[in-house]
Amino acid sequence: MKIKTGSSLGYRIFSWVMLILLALFFLFPLYWIVTGAFKPATDIYARKPVMWPSEWVMKNWQSLFVKRTAPLFHIFGIDGPTGPAAFRWLINTVFMAVMAMLLTCATAAMSGYSLAKKRFRGRALVFSLIIAAMALPKQVVLIPLLKEMSILKLMNNIWAVILPTVGWPFGVFLIKQFAESIPGEILEAARIDGASEMKTFTTVVFPMIKPGIGALAIFTFINSWNDYFLQLIMLSSNENYTISLGIATLQAETSVDMGLLMAGAALASIPIIIVFLIFQQYFTKGITMGAVKG
Amino acid sequence: MNKKQGLSRALQRREDVAGYLFMAPSLIFFIGFVIIPMFICVGMSLTDATLHNAAPTRFVGLKNFITMWTDKTFLGALKNTFLIVVVSVPVTCLFSLWVASATYKMHNVPLSLFRVIFYLPVVTGSVAVTVVWKWIFDNYSGILNTVLKTSGIIQKNINWLGTPGLTIWCIILILLTTSVGQPIVLYISALGNVDQSLVEAAEVDGANNLQVFWRIKWPQIMPTTLYIIVITTINSFQCFALIQLLTQGGSDTNTVMYYIYYTAFKMTEQAGHFGYANAMGVILAIFIGILSAIQFKLGSEK
Repeated sequence: MKIKTGSSLGYRIFSWVMLILLALFFLFPLYWIVTGAFKPATDIYARKPVMWPSEWVMKNWQSLFVKRTAPLFHIFGIDGPTGPAAFRWLINTVFMAVMAMLLTCATAAMSGYSLAKKRFRGRALVFSLIIAAMALPKQVVLIPLLKEMSILKLMNNIWAVILPTVGWPFGVFLIKQFAESIPGEILEAARIDGASEMKTFTTVVFPMIKPGIGALAIFTFINSWNDYFLQLIMLSSNENYTISLGIATLQAETSVDMGLLMAGAALASIPIIIVFLIFQQYFTKGITMGAVKG
Repeated sequence: MNKKQGLSRALQRREDVAGYLFMAPSLIFFIGFVIIPMFICVGMSLTDATLHNAAPTRFVGLKNFITMWTDKTFLGALKNTFLIVVVSVPVTCLFSLWVASATYKMHNVPLSLFRVIFYLPVVTGSVAVTVVWKWIFDNYSGILNTVLKTSGIIQKNINWLGTPGLTIWCIILILLTTSVGQPIVLYISALGNVDQSLVEAAEVDGANNLQVFWRIKWPQIMPTTLYIIVITTINSFQCFALIQLLTQGGSDTNTVMYYIYYTAFKMTEQAGHFGYANAMGVILAIFIGILSAIQFKLGSEK
């Protein structure tokens, strides 16, 4: 006797309709940001909802760019030309996210490999410390971090946001998961061939954990870009803001100019969404690997 | 024999040196920016430290921990935080499990598409998400009120973000859209890894879809469910950006995390009471630790 497998047609139609409705619901905020950024004020404050801009205008962007200004960069004590502060915020954010990404990947690659393959004494203790720290709420230590940064004279400095991001041990755990699969014989062979530890790492280990590094890189980049609470506490002057923090500040002081805020929200989110879309395969892999309990 | 022992000892030392050298860069960051702050947090929670260091810091023992249980604002924040956790954790789990089971057998293109769409609010970032939702919910220019009014469902504008008892539900809704992305990715991968031969065997034995799900698939995705519950609990406990940007704790939406921030940086009369803020942080960490431990215990017994 063969039992009918698969779901009934009715349920399948129902779930497709539900999925599409939910997808539209999840897409709507983004749609509203992008169209809102180009809507004239008459559309924004209309009595009836205006789903599509009656005409596409740049006015919101102009008011965003003249609202605040800042030197575009600051290197070795020299200020760059003055421009819209939003550009400076974007430059700061990219610098922060790239630095956090590079440092996290470099440190986690080495320590993840070490935890997975080196049989050093105290290894179990170090690993359980890392697991325990990962289960603790990160935001709870923000105030002590602030105290620490003021001792290190890093207050209102972009490095005060970068360093704690690198310290978070998720990356170590993720790379360890990837490095477990490196066959011990290959490492043994490299050692017998007389390769130094560093050489083994760069020529044998690194190529094998590359997918893990890719996943960690994109993961760190996006999380660092969006870590609003840390940025809020550490950064306090206009020219050091990140884009998230800048937009949040604009919201606090001009909470009625919706067009300007949507232009700001678009500027803060579209670049990171593009990065996500390009690398989303790596990203998905990172999420799944990082979750496997080891 | 002796020689062999000597060799393995030399080998062990080599492993120790190499192991710790590779660990060193990570450990410096980890100890410096995670472990030490944790100790500072516990230490400061026993003092009356303030932001400005105007008066000398004194050791006050457990005073902060006793004060908070008579602090009405803290108790209100605790109640709201638990409400958020109790609602959002099960809803997030069920919602993402349903989406995952409806999509995981799809072809690559629609599967990736749905996965990306449900992840978008996470990537968009809390500030951009909050700014747009604040407009959607806005009393006068928000699309929610204009749509409901033109379609005749409501007569008068509803003040979504300024009505105690209602606003917290709006915040939970936004929180849900930003927290289902990762669970969906995890469930899709877990359901794809369920042992297909068991499913087929059960179907041959006459099990219907629901039985196959509860008897075969559910136990196999249990570790994933557990992990999702833990991360969602931690995230819901830390709900901060939404509150800070939408209501500043008004309309009965204060949470513990927001109150910690408020105490440390905003409280006007005692400006920056770090000791008290850190004590609340310690309590929050203990709550999360206990809940995670219970969840893992329940999971390993199953």
